[in-house]
Amino acid sequence: MGTRTQEFSAGAVAILPVLIATIPIALLFGTLAAAKGLSPIEVWLMSATVYAGALQFVAIDQWADPTPLGLLMFTALVVNIRHVLMGDSIGRSMAGFSRPAKYAAMFVLTDEGWAFAERRVRSGTLTPAYCFGIGVSMWLNWTLFSLLGAIIGRGFGDPSAYGFNFAFSAVFICILVGFWSNWRTGGVLLASGVVSALVYLTVPGAWYILAGAFAGVGVAAALHAESDNHKPDGVMPS
Amino acid sequence: MSLDTNTLIAIAGMAVATYLTRIAGLWLLQLANVEGRARSAMDDLPPAVLMVVIAPAVLATGVAETIAAGITILAAFRLPLLAAVAIGVASVVALRALTG
Repeated sequence: MGTRTQEFSAGAVAILPVLIATIPIALLFGTLAAAKGLSPIEVWLMSATVYAGALQFVAIDQWADPTPLGLLMFTALVVNIRHVLMGDSIGRSMAGFSRPAKYAAMFVLTDEGWAFAERRVRSGTLTPAYCFGIGVSMWLNWTLFSLLGAIIGRGFGDPSAYGFNFAFSAVFICILVGFWSNWRTGGVLLASGVVSALVYLTVPGAWYILAGAFAGVGVAAALHAESDNHKPDGVMPS
Repeated sequence: MSLDTNTLIAIAGMAVATYLTRIAGLWLLQLANVEGRARSAMDDLPPAVLMVVIAPAVLATGVAETIAAGITILAAFRLPLLAAVAIGVASVVALRALTG
């Protein structure tokens, strides 16, 4: 464990590849949100306060006039319910954190940040400064480039022409590969992926999220073996 | 630069709901005692939801996206994140051009 500055820098340096990969994703989000009629300041506010990329893409997809508040909040709970389990896991490694530090760290730790924090736990002690090194740089990166996307997004032309809209999926695929522990992981991902895709194609709204999540945990429970009380790795391949 | 009240309320609602999911885990530390099938199901919820979030994009958009996802998986097992993402993005562009 180094000084606070060293820990902060170590976190920021560790997350740097994710920051770079996230730039086109944030630009794309800003562009899509602006196309749905959100002003740049509204886009920035959403990125700064909601600060959850996966949810923001799903929400913009469902955005309509009048704003479907109930649907959006329900979607937020369903898409982000995974945070409860991530928080439960990383929270156990935050015994040395002050209460404000803990609550602030939980705000800035996203999927990628959480995976990197869990990896830090495995190689030593997780400090608040390390969490904020990851979290603050990710927050600045996400808010700045989604704002930029909202302002100049259309100047780029069609983002799908550059495959930008695939970058988001690609980052999540890398995180998912980090979760790989054995063939059961494959069964869980196959079930949740196929079921959610089928429901997405046939049922309007956000039900595909719930259906896919239930299919995944159902398979996880069904494939459970007594020898298999593993923790998800959440470690990125690097 | 404009701010619409309904949009602001929706953003605030999503922000509150999201932050609640982020801190709820801190209150649930007794989950440590859950064992067996329930534990397996809980352990696999985060990856299952991450999969669900990208499923429409990779499994319900087109052949190019699905094949590119497969290529990205192979790359992610062997290469650093940035390289795997770059290969995924490059292959989706190439495959879209091929499959029209």
